[in-house]
Amino acid sequence: MNRSTQHIFGAGVVFLVGLWITWVSYTQQPAEAFLFPRLISSVFVVLAAWTFAKALMGRSKVGDGLNRHQIIGLVPGVLVMAIYVFWAAKTFGFYTATTVTVFILISLYDPAPHTNPRVWAKRALITACFMAVMYGLFALLLKVYTPREILF
Amino acid sequence: MEFIYYFGDVFAPMSFLLLLIGTIGGLILGATPGLSPTMAVALLIPFTFQLEATQGLILLGAAYTSTVAGGAVSAILLKIPGAPANIATTLDGHTMAQRGEGAKALQLSFLSSAVGGIFGVFLLIFLTPVLAQWALAFGPSHLFWLAILGVTVIGSLDSASVVKGLLSGCIGMWLATIGFDDIMGAQRFIFHPSLGGGINIIAALIGLFAIPQVLTMFAKGRHNKGAEVIKVQKHSIGAAIRELVSRPLALGIGTITGSIIGLIPGVGGQIAGLVAYDQTKKFSSEKEKFGKGHPEGVIAAESANNAMVGPSLVPLLTLSIPGSPTAAVLLGGLLIHGIFPGSDLFDNHPDVAWTFINSMLIGQVLMCLFGLYVAGLAARVAQVPQSVMAAIVLALSVFGAYSVQSSMGDVYVMACLGLMMYFLERFGFSAAPLVLGLILGPIAESNFIQGSMIANATDGRSAYFFGGALNMALIAVVLASIAYSVWMELRSRRHTTKEEAQA
Repeated sequence: MNRSTQHIFGAGVVFLVGLWITWVSYTQQPAEAFLFPRLISSVFVVLAAWTFAKALMGRSKVGDGLNRHQIIGLVPGVLVMAIYVFWAAKTFGFYTATTVTVFILISLYDPAPHTNPRVWAKRALITACFMAVMYGLFALLLKVYTPREILF
Repeated sequence: MEFIYYFGDVFAPMSFLLLLIGTIGGLILGATPGLSPTMAVALLIPFTFQLEATQGLILLGAAYTSTVAGGAVSAILLKIPGAPANIATTLDGHTMAQRGEGAKALQLSFLSSAVGGIFGVFLLIFLTPVLAQWALAFGPSHLFWLAILGVTVIGSLDSASVVKGLLSGCIGMWLATIGFDDIMGAQRFIFHPSLGGGINIIAALIGLFAIPQVLTMFAKGRHNKGAEVIKVQKHSIGAAIRELVSRPLALGIGTITGSIIGLIPGVGGQIAGLVAYDQTKKFSSEKEKFGKGHPEGVIAAESANNAMVGPSLVPLLTLSIPGSPTAAVLLGGLLIHGIFPGSDLFDNHPDVAWTFINSMLIGQVLMCLFGLYVAGLAARVAQVPQSVMAAIVLALSVFGAYSVQSSMGDVYVMACLGLMMYFLERFGFSAAPLVLGLILGPIAESNFIQGSMIANATDGRSAYFFGGALNMALIAVVLASIAYSVWMELRSRRHTTKEEAQA
């Protein structure tokens, strides 16, 4: 997808959200509760239509979109992040899920060679030290009770 | 001179300890490329829940001041600005470091930051109570227009595209309406159970500022190697002070430019540093040396970006209109402690307001003292690989969002807003107006509803919201800021087209 198509897609999504907000604001009851949303959504939809029209005409000057290299870099990280936030943190507990996620992310994006055992040991050490700090800060100092399912 | 009575409170053991932590931590965070002052302050907010309001604000204020100054370390030693505010510092600072004057550049940067910062905090001390009293004359219609002004000014001046900036502000204001309506109790835009209580401002701030940074680091892939840090040779602090005193023009222009720009809502430190650099170059007798490692370049840029910090809080503490994105995050920090800016702050919570402001004054001195010693360590931290930094920031964001009210819903909202903001930024939308919309949306709505009730009982809505000198003046400023930004955008586009044609 080239930059221009990406802009059309992005501006199109924003415009659709604008249309939906406007429709909800003007159709839902009680009307008094939607007085301010009506005001905001009217401006929102006009600006979104303008942006979409400019994108359709290929006149979107601001914003570089995403290139292939960035998408390739982004996809594994976003997948790990999504699994961590939306599933693992609650299912396995915050500390277990965070330990695994931090280790995976460091390993995924570390430019050092994966064949060197010392590199893996360094990654494990960084993860362990960081988790010790997090446990000290949140569990012991701030006393935040996070979901704990496995181990700690 | 009321502020003098509250100086002692800054030196209470816990407050002073937090000031030290905020200052040293801020210097290190500021030196880390990818961690902007706004993001650092947003990530710190969850740590202030267990503190008293004053202590929490001291920590956040110290972090704000020091992250801006700390950004100079990586700008000078790595040629990577720690924050957008330090872009102008790289122009001469790094060249100085390359020819063995790294220590001198760092010393000049911290000394000029302290001078600019102290001047800026004094402006905050003397202007805030006057403006806070003036704010008493504001009714619901004026406060409504002020909230709109805050969003439009930052939306139009802080974005490369005026329409996209204003649209970001609208998205923020819409997000603020999600949840139950305050007066009728009606459900609005609740399309997921996590949104039942509305969008928590702290979780949103963390998501909007931290997650896009994490994703930006992911997008760079595996091949980014750490920048090389230039070694610092010893340089006498006395000589640096003498150098600074011998260049009053750069220091004066930087300090005054930064202070004025800080007072304008929405105009950030990045602009302050660049404008001060440009103006100093114009007036300097050695303009040919700029860009080649001239100390005046560092002095002008650093005095300006720290002089901006104090004045950027003036519209925040008096009118609830944050002067910069970081000030918007600080507003979130105030609101979670139940403190509302304006005359109420100085009448009912003078201890909170003045201790916070005084701590920023002391913080400038501490930042200068520690900056000179922490610079070496900060530069090492700046070399932390992006893979480690991304994982740490992601984990801190998840824990921070959850700790707000022990809700997984806040974590989901944080992640979704962060993902949304990353993609919006790729298409030219900006986080600052969206955050302003989110924070000022409820203020605009409550005053709009109150104003409408008054208007229905008197002479109608249009007469109430569009009549009166103050309303007209505020509307004129809203329109002027938009018109000015459109003109600037068109001018820059014409300039670019001309350059393309010549090429």
